[in-house]
Amino acid sequence: MSFNNDVKSIMIVGVGGQGSLLASKLLGHVLVSEGYDAKVSEVHGMSQRGGSVVTYVKYGSKVYSPTIDPGEADYIIAFELLEAARYIPFLKKGGTIITSSQHIDPMPVITGAAAYPEDIAGKIKAMDINLVQIDALSLAKQAGNAKAVNVVLMGVLSKFLHFKSEIWSKAIIECVPAKFLEFNQKAFNIGANSSL
Amino acid sequence: MKGLMLGNEAVARGLYETGVRVVSSYPGTPSTEITEYACKYEEIYCEWAPNEKVACEVALGASIGGARAFCAMKHVGMNVAADPLFTASYTGVNAGLVIAVADDPGMHSSQNEQDSRHYAKSAKVPMLEPADSEECKRYTKLAYELSEQFDTPVLLRLSTRVSHSQSIIETEDRQELDLKEYKKDPTKYVMMPAYAKPKHVVVEERTKKLIEYAETADINTVEYNSLKVGVITAGIAYQYAKEALGDSASYLKLGMIHPLPVKLIKEFACKVDTLYIIEELDDVIETHCRKLGLEVIGKELFTYIGEYSQSLIREKMLGEKTSIQSFGEAVPMRPPVMCPGCPHRGLFYALNRLGVTVFGDIGCYTLGAAPPLAAMDTTICMGASISGLHGFNKARGEQSARNSVAVIGDSTFMHSGVTGLIDIAYNQGVSTILILDNSITGMTGHQQNPTTGFTIKGDPTARISIEKLCEAVGISRVRITDPNDVKNTLAIIKEELAVEEPSVIIARRPCALLKNVKHDKPLAINREKCRACRACFKIGCPSIRMQDGKASIDTTLCVGCGLCAGLCAFGAIGSEKEEQA
Repeated sequence: MSFNNDVKSIMIVGVGGQGSLLASKLLGHVLVSEGYDAKVSEVHGMSQRGGSVVTYVKYGSKVYSPTIDPGEADYIIAFELLEAARYIPFLKKGGTIITSSQHIDPMPVITGAAAYPEDIAGKIKAMDINLVQIDALSLAKQAGNAKAVNVVLMGVLSKFLHFKSEIWSKAIIECVPAKFLEFNQKAFNIGANSSL
Repeated sequence: MKGLMLGNEAVARGLYETGVRVVSSYPGTPSTEITEYACKYEEIYCEWAPNEKVACEVALGASIGGARAFCAMKHVGMNVAADPLFTASYTGVNAGLVIAVADDPGMHSSQNEQDSRHYAKSAKVPMLEPADSEECKRYTKLAYELSEQFDTPVLLRLSTRVSHSQSIIETEDRQELDLKEYKKDPTKYVMMPAYAKPKHVVVEERTKKLIEYAETADINTVEYNSLKVGVITAGIAYQYAKEALGDSASYLKLGMIHPLPVKLIKEFACKVDTLYIIEELDDVIETHCRKLGLEVIGKELFTYIGEYSQSLIREKMLGEKTSIQSFGEAVPMRPPVMCPGCPHRGLFYALNRLGVTVFGDIGCYTLGAAPPLAAMDTTICMGASISGLHGFNKARGEQSARNSVAVIGDSTFMHSGVTGLIDIAYNQGVSTILILDNSITGMTGHQQNPTTGFTIKGDPTARISIEKLCEAVGISRVRITDPNDVKNTLAIIKEELAVEEPSVIIARRPCALLKNVKHDKPLAINREKCRACRACFKIGCPSIRMQDGKASIDTTLCVGCGLCAGLCAFGAIGSEKEEQA
């Protein structure tokens, strides 16, 4: 039971180096513009080197803990399918996972010590989870840069959060260096206009 | 301006607003960004020192010189800086001196989980602990006032979740301060016995005054709600407790965690039925309360280990457990790995092939301990590879020296590796040392160091030549190799292991993530030539995987370093274009 029930929790998960920091930065800008109290928590250092990385984003009238515990997330935004599966315990029952369909084998799979689970999306769909799977990598390439997977996924998330599109546009302009602005704007629009 | 700010950035903002002029630090997760953000303010002189001891002494010197000064480090860095800290407690300051120390409960990026609050207690200096970014800025500014008011260095204790969480703060203007006058005063600054003895008396008196301050300090806050449960807590643990218990408990939140108040705690304890102490890591507040004769519930309920959370507190205090769903089958772990194109990969592949004992050190290359490279025997602390190997070989004799190496990065070598090398040269050691020179401090996110030729601001500066330094301390055999040239690297290591004198091999290739490093096109595997022998899997590259029974390269990850191509006996790995032809 939480005493501040209006707090929403979003986890952004992926593989170190996939650009989750920009995604959380965008989201944080939007939340502050909307007048929420917000906390964004990330881990730097060793885990960023190709490890499983997670960023917590929480917002509401008052946020205390910056972290999200198992069973607390309203949304999980996953940059990679195995990472979507890994963080399922953090999702509330009936919560939503928005995941890129990309596979990146972790080292135990590469060395043959473990197997990459088959049909992750199918298995998630069978659970009490609202799953949105998109080929964010192809959409990012379509926008002009494979690195824009993060912004494509934020575009998809924007369909669920019901914040004004002007606020997202403003956040993108504020967070993205001018020379990368165009493909990121495109990537966001592709995500936001994708049919689910 | 109002907006989200990282705890570390908020500390830097506090430094700016409170007129700090000098910052000297050594990078260490989770403290690094404080100094990086401070460096963006033109009004603040910032530098990367070779280690935390030097950084702390630079900051103390600046304080004596009349400028508000600062130094940041991770928890284990405080072990290195402890020497000046303990005596700075005696000298006190001229202008304010604040030292930030960032603990890492849960060991996200550290080799131990020590609790730096013990340093405040044993060095007898005050310590403040913020719980979010707003407090990071406010407490930083207060720390300077306390430092000057009580004539003491002040410690600012952070933790991973405070340093690396963003919360909302409002910025204010900088308060420009004149340089304070420096007055020669050996009784204050020359800590030889005759002057240090009276200073110890001053320190004990100061602590009494600080306890008085703590009784009414407005950063020690009391919040009365239900009086059935009282919680004494500090820092990030307050956020977890408040989220878990809300208004069903009363709180005494300690913003100053050394020295701890007496009357304030007793008064709070009197008003509540049951008193809990919620503090991550060690039982510092709990021990204090027990010494006051209070009945408290602390570590018998909560752990000494790892991070706390709102659910841990709910479970332990309310017996509530959140029901969760899980994927239903094993999800393979995804440990951190060396990046594609990492220059350490070739070197550790060579060491794996040689099967030698490897004394390791602190940096990205610590990942060389993980399978499949698995070429590391020890990792203790910064610099311990070289000196540890020397001791190992002195204990085990010449045969051991022919079969063992130390590996250390360029920045770690500057930090505290060179002293170990001096020990080897001076004490007739015969060990073989590999210096992994990737032209940057890698793990903490690319900081310049004395071997890179650039300052923290990116300005060109004197560059220390590692080879000349090694020669100067008495090592006559200094070799250089490109770690991506595995064959040559293997040959050189074998030669140097065989000789009966100390040697240094510099494995030199810049970090693949550096912006000025140009990458080749991704490679591809010719499926017809590939025999699925898995030879290319032995280097542990995250961009190579099995697909439909043959090796395959993920072109979104590969940077074309070519290390794998050199291992393929069937010539199956080449440029993407060739393979398509």
